[in-house]
Amino acid sequence: MHADPGAVLTGVHFLNGDQACCEGALAAGARFAAGYPITPSTEIVERFASRAPEVGGVFIQMEDELAASITLQGAVWAGARAFTVTSGPGFSLMMEHLGYAVMTETPCVFVNVMRGGPSTGLPTLPAQGDVMQARWGSHGDYEIIAVCPNSPQECFDLTVRAFNLSERYRVPVMVLMDECVGHMTEKVVIPPAEQIEVQPRRLTAKKPGDYLPYEPEEDLVPALAHAGEGYRYHITGVTHDEAGRLGVNAAAQDKLVRRLCEKVRRASEDLASYELEGPDDADVAVVSYGITSRVAERAVRLAREQGLRVAKLRLLTIWPFADSAIRDLAARVKTIVVPELNLGQLVREVERAAAGQARVIPVSHAGGTVHRPEDILSAILEGVQ
Amino acid sequence: MSNAVMEPGTLVQEPEAHNPVEPFLRMERIPHIWCPGCGIGTTVNCFARALMNAGLNTDKVAVVSGIGCSGRVAGYVNLDSFHTTHGRAIPFATGLKLANPELTVVVYSGDGDLASIGGNHLIHAARRNLDIKVICVNNLVYAMTGGQTAATTPVSSTTATSPYGTFEPTLNLPQLLEAAGATYIARWTTYHVKQLEKAMTEALKHKGFSFVEVLSPCPTLFQRRNHLGDGLATMKFYKEHSQTKHGASTADTGLTKEGDIVVGKFVVKEREEYIEGMTRHFTEHLGRPFEFKVRTC
Repeated sequence: MHADPGAVLTGVHFLNGDQACCEGALAAGARFAAGYPITPSTEIVERFASRAPEVGGVFIQMEDELAASITLQGAVWAGARAFTVTSGPGFSLMMEHLGYAVMTETPCVFVNVMRGGPSTGLPTLPAQGDVMQARWGSHGDYEIIAVCPNSPQECFDLTVRAFNLSERYRVPVMVLMDECVGHMTEKVVIPPAEQIEVQPRRLTAKKPGDYLPYEPEEDLVPALAHAGEGYRYHITGVTHDEAGRLGVNAAAQDKLVRRLCEKVRRASEDLASYELEGPDDADVAVVSYGITSRVAERAVRLAREQGLRVAKLRLLTIWPFADSAIRDLAARVKTIVVPELNLGQLVREVERAAAGQARVIPVSHAGGTVHRPEDILSAILEGVQ
Repeated sequence: MSNAVMEPGTLVQEPEAHNPVEPFLRMERIPHIWCPGCGIGTTVNCFARALMNAGLNTDKVAVVSGIGCSGRVAGYVNLDSFHTTHGRAIPFATGLKLANPELTVVVYSGDGDLASIGGNHLIHAARRNLDIKVICVNNLVYAMTGGQTAATTPVSSTTATSPYGTFEPTLNLPQLLEAAGATYIARWTTYHVKQLEKAMTEALKHKGFSFVEVLSPCPTLFQRRNHLGDGLATMKFYKEHSQTKHGASTADTGLTKEGDIVVGKFVVKEREEYIEGMTRHFTEHLGRPFEFKVRTC
């Protein structure tokens, strides 16, 4: 299935990441957004509020992020593709409903344009301190998908991908931007609608009476039915069986939660998306994501100018984590350098996946601006010794 | 039956009797979880009859509940039903209605869920006058969690978290809802089954944000702790202490522990409904009819 040409702004544009994210959502078929204003994400819904009436869509500004993050889910069950956008404090408020979307298998997208925290932190300045919250922020066991663009172009591309993955696996998918990427303005090429693949919703072919809302298909993902079509199903955040009946017991919990996790885990290798570049005999690799990858790019270039053999790996999907890519990388380099705009979050995943095969050097930064390339270069130089 | 003498112990086959509300319930999930003397089941009976009265295509009716004893209603009605998170039934219902305005969306939940943790959403949905119907079963406490104090608990009541009695002022829901802009507001008790059925029918037919408060006993956790007797005693209390005052000023509908209960239809207003307003507004802006195309799946 392809994008609806009526909502795709095909052409070459000069957009910031927030605006490009909005266009990606529209191209992916989103006609419903619920939001609450918060810097530095607000431009996404400001643009959506402007564009939506032209394409028959609805933007509603809710009274808080608790409301926004479940209003969009109501819209999904009535047949919409829907999303919400937020940043730091709002993302914290949305955590319960991220879990509700996981439990009810509601396909939807949460965009978080990361800023400095904890608490109100740095409202207008960048950070990457929410990557672990994106993975573990809601209570209980679950698996999640999060993509991480490093340019306005990727804000468009990965937002489309986020919607498609949410429909494919019936999970909430997060787009983890950061203030720099959100506010950076660059060339964005929006392709013709027929070149934009849109994943159709997995609607049931069964008739009311034969349909069970949580009966998994072969890939463990159940088919969905919309409200108002005579299915008379029950959707609940309580542990439930395939019919949606409450099952507050260990056996029902084991069956359901294992399936919710397994449907994402078994697709992890396909979901993990990254770019790897550099010599096969590299001594050091730099692993980065988001805006930090663009600073790392400069550091790698400086290192290569000094004659060092350096590879770089950029994560486009943060969750599920690219375990095998990091494992393979660790097997062939001496050192992995991990710069990130936090005091050491994703570096723990790198250490886990590297499993002692390579030395791992974090280059931490508390946020508020980006790294100095020289700081990453110093870590690379340390890594070759 | 013939006059023939039957053997003692012979099973007499009577034709199976059916309650007319059964088609509206998921009978396979009965018996329900509610305690003896609880009024929630009574409200569900009235709701099923209201659905019949309103003559709606029930394929197009969705019920959204929050968390709590009344939050379990969604599980028993034979409709599309959503058991959401604590306090957030109204925003979920908002999304459901906005994406498919053809649906009749009913929020069915308790006082703690709707008016305490979800109070902000209650206010703003009423302000928007979005066409959703809110049925608030008010049992004056947080019942599911063991009878703790709620914003609706009358002053001087004993609860699990107020062992020396409550002293906080009590929220008067009709007054709050009127101030926020609800266009249909009624209150009844589970004693007033016919009036409640009628109010629910009217709410289902009303275009705009409708709020029906139902006072309901919690014999296990409220009445018992406050020495107010069982469910039956509460019915007698409702009968003796309710004063029907249609059009009463909502400033006078506050509840006390053992005082009179003002019941009736307090507010019925005409005001532009949210989706109508949105459609009018964007039609003016666009210079052509605004058409909802939110459903792209």
